[in-house]
Amino acid sequence: MNLGISWVTAWVEDTVEVVSKNRVRLIELDREIGDGDHGENLDRGFTAVKAKFAALDPASTPGAALKLVATTLISTVGGASGPLLGTAYLKGAQAVGDATELDSDAVVALLTAARDGVVLRGKAAVGDKTMIDAWTPAVDAAASAAAGGASPAAVLRAAADAAAEGAVSTEPLVAHKGRASYLGDRAIGHRDPGAESSSLILAAAADAAEATEGQS
Amino acid sequence: MKKLINDPKNVVDESVEGFGLAHPDLVRVTPDPLFVARAGGAEQGRVGIVSGGGSGHEPLHAGFVGFGMLSAAVPGPVFTSPTPDPIVAATVASDGGAGVLHIVKNYTGDVLNFETAADLADAEGVRVVSVIVDDDVAVKDSLYTAGRRGVAGTVVVEKVAGAAAQRGDDLDEVARIATKANSVTRSMGVALAAGIVPHAGEPSFTLAEDEIEIGIGIHGEPGRERIALEPVDRIVDRILAPILEDLPFSSGDKVLLFVNGMGGTPLVELYIVFRRASQIFAEKGIEVTRTLVGDYVTSLEMQGASITVTKLDDELTELWDAPVETAALRWGR
Repeated sequence: MNLGISWVTAWVEDTVEVVSKNRVRLIELDREIGDGDHGENLDRGFTAVKAKFAALDPASTPGAALKLVATTLISTVGGASGPLLGTAYLKGAQAVGDATELDSDAVVALLTAARDGVVLRGKAAVGDKTMIDAWTPAVDAAASAAAGGASPAAVLRAAADAAAEGAVSTEPLVAHKGRASYLGDRAIGHRDPGAESSSLILAAAADAAEATEGQS
Repeated sequence: MKKLINDPKNVVDESVEGFGLAHPDLVRVTPDPLFVARAGGAEQGRVGIVSGGGSGHEPLHAGFVGFGMLSAAVPGPVFTSPTPDPIVAATVASDGGAGVLHIVKNYTGDVLNFETAADLADAEGVRVVSVIVDDDVAVKDSLYTAGRRGVAGTVVVEKVAGAAAQRGDDLDEVARIATKANSVTRSMGVALAAGIVPHAGEPSFTLAEDEIEIGIGIHGEPGRERIALEPVDRIVDRILAPILEDLPFSSGDKVLLFVNGMGGTPLVELYIVFRRASQIFAEKGIEVTRTLVGDYVTSLEMQGASITVTKLDDELTELWDAPVETAALRWGR
């Protein structure tokens, strides 16, 4: 079944929970190759998003809700992840427009626009050991699942699984962007915290879609 | 973790509030969105200068708000760049009709948030020009890194740009001077122990008793090389060599020599660093005409120091010497 505003709100609720649960782990991943603020920053941002969503009009469109996530993250997270994730949600919101229901192709369009937004801002490519290493395989897997006729929830599950593998794939890499790029070979053996948090967010999207599907 | 804090979540707000209470003659603090501006507000007809970045580097940047230096500073959370909203608010508040210069340290988060803020301020009718500081020679500037970091050299750029704005130079001229100062400034640092980010509660990295980290940045991120502890003269030789090779600095040059403490190293040690650096300059025939020693760009309680060298010509010397009255830097007034 297609996904509407209830999916976006469930996605946000699940993300708030998963980010809070993984706050310390993300701080630790970031401490290893960055400066140790990633979990704290995302937790602050999504806590603010949760507060904004408490007042969200239930008749709101998925696009409007995603835009609210974007502006809240940009104005509360700071660092590099605020503008990067904020841009992802903003471009995703623009891609779905005024639609009230998202089919599989719309979900792929959302994820593709989000990924393109991150690339545009951060100028990173696959293999640079950044969140793009989670986003790009996720977009590719989503597109091929949709082409094979998968439901929106199945498209998101394919994206989430690929993102999780993508996050793991950053471990042997040398970083070329962000703070970890200063470490050279010493970044090898550590998972990129941005790729990890992106995979958690996409897993929350799939969980929310499956739960929404289950309700019908 | 042993710290003089009430709650990790309130560290920045309470510290900035205290800063405002301590220096009411110099600054006023706007709490929401949080920024620190000159007590007198924007000066009509003069270029405003706004800088900012993660907290934990005090006195950078709020300590440099005042006559002859910054118009406003925007503190982010500890080691995290501020978001665009407070940067926009500080920029608008600093505009005296002649536009605003953003001085941004080259860290991905700072660059992205200031870029967004500059666009938004432009949309509000304030002309903004940005200058990125990237003085740290420890980082290779290549396609494969985020580029050199902006570290202690930021103080030099803020000082001379602030002096240019104070004497009434227009925005393009102030930006030219800031760019020029950055282009002749080089820095490198060393850490003996990392600082502890309050919300993380643990050091950003750990060093054994006999280890030091060469080429650290100012956010506690590890450097490019970890070696065994050596006598300080040897360490100074090691971090000054890449600085001097890089520009390069050569015999006959006049320079500003700036030894910066990272927050947890006493002056007694910083002056030993300064002593050895001075000896090296004397050997090389480089004339140290201006000096600065102390904690100016810190990394919480990190133990260590950085050395910054700026090649001075008459123009930069005059701007460095120009009167300044801020919480952390004052002379000539």
